[in-house]
Amino acid sequence: MIIQTIMFYVLAVVTVGAGVMVIASRNPVHSVLFLILAFFNSAGLFVMMGAEFLAMILIIVYVGAVAVLFLFVVMMLNINFAELRAGFLQYLPIGGVIGIILLAELVLVFASGAIDIEVPTTVASPTPPADEITNTQALGDVLYTHYAYLFQGAGFILLIAMVGAIVLTHRRRADVRRQRITDQVARDPKATVQVTDIEPGAEGTWKSD
Amino acid sequence: MTASTDLLLEYLPIVIFLGIAGVMAIAAIAGSYVLAPQRPDRDKIAAYECGFDAFEDARGRFDVRFYLVAILFIIFDLEVAYLFPWAVSFSEIGLYGFWSMIVFLGLLTIGFVYEWKKGALEWE
Repeated sequence: MIIQTIMFYVLAVVTVGAGVMVIASRNPVHSVLFLILAFFNSAGLFVMMGAEFLAMILIIVYVGAVAVLFLFVVMMLNINFAELRAGFLQYLPIGGVIGIILLAELVLVFASGAIDIEVPTTVASPTPPADEITNTQALGDVLYTHYAYLFQGAGFILLIAMVGAIVLTHRRRADVRRQRITDQVARDPKATVQVTDIEPGAEGTWKSD
Repeated sequence: MTASTDLLLEYLPIVIFLGIAGVMAIAAIAGSYVLAPQRPDRDKIAAYECGFDAFEDARGRFDVRFYLVAILFIIFDLEVAYLFPWAVSFSEIGLYGFWSMIVFLGLLTIGFVYEWKKGALEWE
């Protein structure tokens, strides 16, 4: 039990520290690497709560794919970050005021008791006890049947994301000559090959296209 | 409480591995700091590019095509992530669950065919 508590505090402290470093580090690439560290430690926290599946998905999707995407974006934008930071003090007052307003609103919402922080017990599919069924199985039992429409909705969103990414970023480059095998095979020899009788000694009459 | 403790005990080897990896990494870096003589000069600390002088900053701009590959990877990564719980509870969800997943895969296959026909997978 004491080991669990120690592990929780280690993971929590590293997560928060990495989160602070994401904002504070000067090099944006370092920020992304700290973000990956924060993801890893969050996955550890999920495991400690018994949410194994969520932890593994966090590592596969966020660390494996999203962080790579962030790195590419950082590499592609080519923003001069030192220049961006130059205006930091200038925007500090207004940013601080907005932050304080948001914090006050959150405190008010939670203090007024409008939101019940406890997990509701009367949900459509109650959470099964962790010692009877694994996380992944509990999710799979309801996701593909009970929540089939939401699942298909996720499929549509992924399809749109795929098509959108291709439409936005895919360009045929004019300066690259590609081999089109179907065009080569479908080419009619009669249209391109020309057989001409040439009299010996006469001027060449063949023309190239 | 015992169930969650059992669950956490299954992760103990991972924690031990992480600890060993961390200790080895720190030992390698700290050892080289402590043991090796540190006499840097201008040439030693210069950027190294296959024996040439460094031409430009290492953080050059990336082509947008890398981004396209990464985003397509994320989408199929998520598709595979959806397959895991489906495979685990395959015997529970019956024919409806099976066809539910087939329709989902069909949707993404439409996207895949589009991607293939558009030539988004070709590098040029």
